[in-house]
Amino acid sequence: MSFDTLLIANRGEIAVRIARSARRMGLRAVAVHSTADAGAPHVAACDLAVEIGPPEAARSYLDGPRIIRAARATGAGAIHPGYGFLAENAGFAQACADAGIVFVGPSPYAIGAMGDKAAAKRLMRAAGVPVVPGYDGEEQGDERLLAEAQGIGFPLMVKAAAGGGGKGMRLVHDAATLPDALAGARRESRSAFGSDELLLERAVVRPRHVEIQVLADTHAHCLHLGERDCSVQRRHQKVIEESPSPAVDAALRARMGAAGVAAAQAVDYVGAGTIEFLLDSDGEFYFLEMNTRLQVEHPVTELVTGLDLVEWQLRIARGEHLELTQDQVTMTGHAIEARLYAEDPDNDYLPATGTVARWEAPAGEGIRVDAGIVAGSTITPYYDPMIAKVIAHGDDREQARTRLVRTLEETTVLGPVTNRTLLVAMLRTPEFAAGAATTAFLEEHPPRMPAPTSGDVAAIAAWLYDARRREADRAAPGLAGWSSTGALDSRRRYAIGETIHAVSVHETPGAVEILVGDEGHAVTLDGETPIIDGDARPLRGVELAAGQILVSFDRLDLEIRDVGALPPGALDAIGGGVLVAPMHGKVIAVDAELGAAVVDGQRLVVMEAMKMEHEIVADGDGVLEEIVGDGAQVAAGQVLARIALEETAA
Amino acid sequence: MTVFRSRIDPASDGFRRNRADMLELVGRMRELEAQACTRSDAAAARFHRRGQLLPRERLALLLDPGAPVLELGNVAGYDPEGNGTVPGGGMITLIGFIAGTRCLVIANDSGIDAGSLTTPGSEKLIRACEIGLENRLPVVFLVESAGGNLLTYRVEFWHRAGRMFAMQAKLSAAGIPVITVQHGSGTAGGAYFPGMSDIVIGVKGRGFAFLAGPPLLKAATGEIADAEELGGMSMHARVSGLVEHLAEDDEDALRICRDVVARLRWNAGQPSTGGAFEDPAYDPDELAGVVPVDVKKPYDCREVIARIADGSDLLEFKPDFGAMTVCVEGTVLGHPAGFIANNGAIDVEGAAKATHFMQRCTQLGVPLVFLQNITGYMVGVASERSGMIKNGAKMIQAVATTSVPKFTLIIGASFGAGNYGMCGAGYWPRLIMCWPNARLGVLGAEQAAQTMRMVAAEKAVRDGEPLDDAALDKYAADIAAYYDAQESAFVSSGRMCDDGLLDPRHSRHMLGFSLAMAAESQLTETHPLSFSVARM
Repeated sequence: MSFDTLLIANRGEIAVRIARSARRMGLRAVAVHSTADAGAPHVAACDLAVEIGPPEAARSYLDGPRIIRAARATGAGAIHPGYGFLAENAGFAQACADAGIVFVGPSPYAIGAMGDKAAAKRLMRAAGVPVVPGYDGEEQGDERLLAEAQGIGFPLMVKAAAGGGGKGMRLVHDAATLPDALAGARRESRSAFGSDELLLERAVVRPRHVEIQVLADTHAHCLHLGERDCSVQRRHQKVIEESPSPAVDAALRARMGAAGVAAAQAVDYVGAGTIEFLLDSDGEFYFLEMNTRLQVEHPVTELVTGLDLVEWQLRIARGEHLELTQDQVTMTGHAIEARLYAEDPDNDYLPATGTVARWEAPAGEGIRVDAGIVAGSTITPYYDPMIAKVIAHGDDREQARTRLVRTLEETTVLGPVTNRTLLVAMLRTPEFAAGAATTAFLEEHPPRMPAPTSGDVAAIAAWLYDARRREADRAAPGLAGWSSTGALDSRRRYAIGETIHAVSVHETPGAVEILVGDEGHAVTLDGETPIIDGDARPLRGVELAAGQILVSFDRLDLEIRDVGALPPGALDAIGGGVLVAPMHGKVIAVDAELGAAVVDGQRLVVMEAMKMEHEIVADGDGVLEEIVGDGAQVAAGQVLARIALEETAA
Repeated sequence: MTVFRSRIDPASDGFRRNRADMLELVGRMRELEAQACTRSDAAAARFHRRGQLLPRERLALLLDPGAPVLELGNVAGYDPEGNGTVPGGGMITLIGFIAGTRCLVIANDSGIDAGSLTTPGSEKLIRACEIGLENRLPVVFLVESAGGNLLTYRVEFWHRAGRMFAMQAKLSAAGIPVITVQHGSGTAGGAYFPGMSDIVIGVKGRGFAFLAGPPLLKAATGEIADAEELGGMSMHARVSGLVEHLAEDDEDALRICRDVVARLRWNAGQPSTGGAFEDPAYDPDELAGVVPVDVKKPYDCREVIARIADGSDLLEFKPDFGAMTVCVEGTVLGHPAGFIANNGAIDVEGAAKATHFMQRCTQLGVPLVFLQNITGYMVGVASERSGMIKNGAKMIQAVATTSVPKFTLIIGASFGAGNYGMCGAGYWPRLIMCWPNARLGVLGAEQAAQTMRMVAAEKAVRDGEPLDDAALDKYAADIAAYYDAQESAFVSSGRMCDDGLLDPRHSRHMLGFSLAMAAESQLTETHPLSFSVARM
């Protein structure tokens, strides 16, 4: 089981992170990449790289035989699958074994046993691990599922039996909406996991999501590394994770830990694994599922336990003994992780694509940033929109929280829209600060996002004016800001969202005044650290193509358009019957025919992008005069449907 | 490095007095400039209601933010008697940057009298075109003009104003792009501004160009026409071919104009001119206090140069020969210049020295900067006998014929032939500006009065008439007043003897700007045509 070369069958931050430990251990790291990722950071992080196909994951990162060939070609004795892609694919684990390559993870049996969510529940029930009431039978017809649902009661969750990560998952509040939910979940499940088998279970209302990290060696030694609280989620995807959980004390930790170890041992688990539980407010917990791989949020466990989970995965894969007793596992301080996604929280979390024009992450004591991007990286529509994890460790929860807030405030990611400011806002809510967040947190306490103030606009104008001034100083050295009339005036109109701000800059020797509308601000120009009315208002910005500007304040990311630099009409909102693709993707359903009368809100097209479904609905009543074809691959911004809107009665 | 050592104490009473006097004059200059802005801005409501921008708002969108601006003819047309004139002549002309390109911009100040053309305005326009031609600056017109004012029509004005369009043709033929943004009406002669341009950007619904607008057309032929159909920009873009780019509004038109200028790639690949430079050792702001506003009081002109030149690093040429004429080598914002200035009248040695210095600068291709504070050439028996006329003539020949760019600042007195030898307006300075304390004249008011009084007295004696001292005194006083009234820089600049008044504290900027422009123009490759770009 010895190997000196490790192939990392993944991409993004996790591939970078695995390479870091592997190389530290003296292993040669081999990256694989699709053609879209040729210049990706994970390629640079490894010693060798092998191209494994076109951008689509199904033809590259999910192409097991090709990855095994790459391992053979590079002399890799082991493959680390990371998370996602092939990490929980028993067939791939078996193929590795057949090829004489070490699969860094549990046995194909364990993967299979836990991968079938329904079977896993039955197994856990048998092993004495508490399980949520539900239906996980093989009979999958709508009628049977509807009948079972009545028995379980609403609200309930529909889940892909083979799934995870929120794909193929629906929360259903009543029987009427169940059939649609079943259809959607089946479609997503089939596309994501190749199986449309579903299971139902009671939705525990306002639970916490608490999971137990386990480590098991090949010598039947298994222990747990405490819990992670992943209650803050959106669309059933984790956003903020922490360890320890504010809701778990030592006694509960011992109970849950023991349950986790029992679950792992029930499938002869080997390596790092995670048992997810729902923790009810009464302290009861229910087995949700086991992730038979490294978790995205493993760093919080690493920071509080001081253990390198990837290193232990590799050592276990080499057959080493886990030389640690449960008593020796200690948890020091508190760690919180925030997932930075390229997605638009204001637009139903639609994944965003594009080039990262600027990326700066702070470093410092108690700060860890696991990033899968660098400045200039392109976020493509092919893979998961998570671009980095920002993690803070502190002596206690509050120190970790404030450290994470500050780190995220200082993080710059400009290009595709991200959830950065939402993360900051969430971490700053009193509910989160108090450790009271449940999985209902985001819905119950949507954080208040700041709107740009006149001073913010003045700061942006000051930064842009200073940038122009520096250009002017290159064109006319020593003369920037000079006018023989004693004053220089420039005017611009900046559009931020729906609002257009008329801005004028008035420079006289030694003084700059900026008017935003009628509001005057005394300004000191200093690049990205302008002083507005005596207050420093630092920002980070980039200018993209003519007239397109992106600016980050600590708690506010803005997209600004210089109206006068853009042709008229460039600002006209899409709408008025023209429906465009919100992102790159594939049309998977078309509900209306050309010439059909449609009504406001009617679903016309379903798109699949980033493995999620997006519904395109009519924005008014009228007649369909253009509609995209089913199965079409569409680009972001492409017109999907055009409705000749009826004149609204005056 | 030869850093000049100043003898001026900015804390002294004399300095403070000078500065207060000078700043009062600067304040007066700013007041005159503000008159045009105030008048024009009063039309804001009307413009904005029509979806238009005021001329200065257009400039604030057109010009590169933070880039330097040199306005020309800031008090052109100023009349101390008033007579309803507005300083500036209803025209804004300036050199500024558009999309990184130094350009000459000519804009009707259409907030005033709907941009109707005035004599000073058209003279300003013609002079601006000359500056554009000589300095190879793309010329951008922002046109909105009701045309010549029919009520104040003067035949000589109309006659001379034709040069405006001739200049457009000359520019185009010389390979200098002529770009017009038609913001408003262009009637009769005004229609030739777009007509004579290489590129026209027309504002839909607001821009018009016709040889006869609807009223004149009706008067002339009885034909009744709608303005839009007769000369609207949409028509010209689609039917007549007068407009290349149709814009939605003023802002859009200026965006297109910036795009058009950017695509000229005017200075593309051109090496940057000028080298690294230091600030002067003495603050240029002190220029307001270095010079007494009373031109009769002497001062050391090197104190001025030391506050203009980089590092106050001056290499004086022949300091001990003809010392009243000062010749100095220095750089301004990294650009070399030969300074010629005055510490008294130009004598024989001074004239010879200045001639020598100019020839040498010409040989090296170094531009000349004249700082005029000159009462004239030295008179007297000794002077005449040692050849003042021929030496002065050599100096004037050298000024008139040198091939290097020349820039003149009148910083004090400018009298008689001294004005000529020191590159007055007649000697093709690329730019000539005055400090507001400057005094100009063929000779000083007092000298003129006393000379004429003596001539009159001699005539009376010759004619055997009694000497009426009181009458002679009045005669002299009237002459002095007549001269005095014309001596002020405000008057001469109002009459466009120069390119404008300048705050002394801006002298280093203005000269650095000018020298950079001259250096650029020498590198700018143009492609002259035998004909202008013909509008098809």
